[in-house]
Amino acid sequence: MELTRRDAVAALAAIAGGGGAAVAVSERVGENGDHREPELPDDERVQRTLVAVAEVVYPSELSGVETFVTAFVGSRLSTEPHASGLRAAVATLDDLAGRWHGDRVAELPPETRERLLGEVGADTAESDPDGTDAERVRYYVVNELLLALYTSPTGGELVGIENPQGHPGGVESYQRGPQ
Amino acid sequence: MSNGATRETDRDRSPVTGADVCVVGAGPAGALVADRLAGEHEVVVLDAGPRFDPADRLRRQERAIRPAYDRPDVWDGGGDRDAYSASGEWFYPLNHARVKGIGGSTLHWQGMVMRLHEDDFRSGSTRGVGPDWPISYDDLGPYYAAAEAELGVAGANDNPFGPPRDQPHPMPAFEPSYSDSLFAEACDELGIAMHSVPNARASESYEGRSACVGYGTCQPVCPSGAKYDATVHIERAEEQGVTVIDRAQVQRLEHGSDRVETAVYATPDGEHRQSADVFVLACGGVETARVLLLSASEQYPDGLANTSGRVGSYFFDHLFAGVGGVLDEPTRQNHVGFLTSESHQFYDEADADVGPFKLEFFNYAGPSPVELALTGDDWGDDLLERVRSAYGNHVAVGALVEQLPRPDSYVGLDPEQTDEHGNPVPDVHWTVGDRALATIERANELQREILETLGAEITWTVGPEDTGPAYHHMGTTRMGTDPEHSVVDPACRTHDLENCWIASSSVFPTGGATNPTLTIAALALRTGDAVDAALTGGRF
Repeated sequence: MELTRRDAVAALAAIAGGGGAAVAVSERVGENGDHREPELPDDERVQRTLVAVAEVVYPSELSGVETFVTAFVGSRLSTEPHASGLRAAVATLDDLAGRWHGDRVAELPPETRERLLGEVGADTAESDPDGTDAERVRYYVVNELLLALYTSPTGGELVGIENPQGHPGGVESYQRGPQ
Repeated sequence: MSNGATRETDRDRSPVTGADVCVVGAGPAGALVADRLAGEHEVVVLDAGPRFDPADRLRRQERAIRPAYDRPDVWDGGGDRDAYSASGEWFYPLNHARVKGIGGSTLHWQGMVMRLHEDDFRSGSTRGVGPDWPISYDDLGPYYAAAEAELGVAGANDNPFGPPRDQPHPMPAFEPSYSDSLFAEACDELGIAMHSVPNARASESYEGRSACVGYGTCQPVCPSGAKYDATVHIERAEEQGVTVIDRAQVQRLEHGSDRVETAVYATPDGEHRQSADVFVLACGGVETARVLLLSASEQYPDGLANTSGRVGSYFFDHLFAGVGGVLDEPTRQNHVGFLTSESHQFYDEADADVGPFKLEFFNYAGPSPVELALTGDDWGDDLLERVRSAYGNHVAVGALVEQLPRPDSYVGLDPEQTDEHGNPVPDVHWTVGDRALATIERANELQREILETLGAEITWTVGPEDTGPAYHHMGTTRMGTDPEHSVVDPACRTHDLENCWIASSSVFPTGGATNPTLTIAALALRTGDAVDAALTGGRF
């Protein structure tokens, strides 16, 4: 099943610019104990990172992931305060990827990306925009991607619903029986 | 951080000079009163909460879907402003049950709008329990019709058990759902009649409101504006010259010998005093009682307008009863967030032992796929398989059940806890009573019969042990003819103060088993007429 740019537009129509969470840019502590501000990644790096994570957290039967995620994330990066939280979470994830696996997320093989997400704790963490590293990665990266997918028409179709919650798909489908 | 609501100091929140009417509360009752009086009188509306930006509704919808947010977060509720106690036998989750701000709780409501039945107005006489209302269904009939037009109700005249109607609803009803057709087969077999649900939701374009586009998050937020909320009437009132002041929390009302003279309100830029000839309290079943209790004086030591001692007494809500299960076939749930079929067949069988109730056939039984996807510790193909397994074959029948007013169920003040301004917080002391629990059992019996006839495997029941409130606050400033036993008269004016009216479900003597907002709206329009007549007649 193919995700399209139209799916991205539909997902954005559903969820726009973020839930209005507080900006979660926490200070990092350097190796020698000094505090330094995180270097926030630019749009392209955020998009590449989320495409790489989507290839792990999206079902394997989907195609068109790069187009969909790039369009969706590009728009999400235009709205504050969500964009800053998203950039900070990607910075955190890339930082951990570099320290534990020697490269940024987008450069790691898929199986290492999946292992990294588990090592971060993003699989079991509660999602919280103001929480721990694991909770912020869950909120801004993993759940961001899952929210985009499962509020889109194609994501809905994957699970048997043409008009998923959050998608303004009209008032006809609820009247129809199974096809 | 911008949260889509007005910032604290970006508006002039000073009082209006020469106001004829001060309305406290910008929910549906206050908005309708203000709109009714707009253009003819100088009206000011004070609301404790903010003015929300309509352009921000998609963000609020995201909060509704994401598990990181709790329900009060969607409309910025909670915190010191909304602190409360719940000392009763039953816990009452007050901040899940209300929204403070311009539009009030209609911002997060479901939008079901049916009229009370005729017998609801004479419960004591016909059912042998509870008080009669001092007005009848016929007294309110024209205002019900007007309220349906104001709220924009989509409905059909197909309820054989409902009260009489003189005219059709303003819009056609929403079509039945696929799952309604499954229920219909079982109900036919059992001799249970189903009929449409009147919805304050546009089934076609209505007075500038979009037709419903099926976002599926009606409760707690409708991004399209198809669902009615009270910003509709606030905006129209403002266009006609009404002043609406947000973040204006009324601290107390000050009075003369027989009139309210001033509302003292706190804003981010300090405390102000709003004078007016007439005051209309429209801040719901909890805060209306609270502001009267906070306004105790030498003349009214137990609270303003409380010579009867009834302010805050008889707090009641509706109770939920439900049974759900799964079928071995698709049921097509969660495409929309509203209901299309219900049954009032058993409503008027009510007596002293079992109260009125209505059955509701769900269109959103079971989990929503996106909410499933955002929880759990899996992803990829495993997550997809989990969502596919969990979604698609759920069914459920709910019920709304009457709770009688009781002396041991009330809203008081908690002297041990104060809000951000140092005022005692409301204490919701909620007690349910045996008749409501017996009614839930009766509803459960029918719900089980329906699901068993449908061939469902029953997986959950909400019964007497684990029922909860429907978030309809009623009863705390009861309407009646006797000043010793009620707070307002049949025109909803306080017995004690000749220039103070109450527009709220707080005046309901009983609540029946229908969602209360249409009755709130009808009473508000009637109150608006009464205030207009008093002002036009030179009474003040």
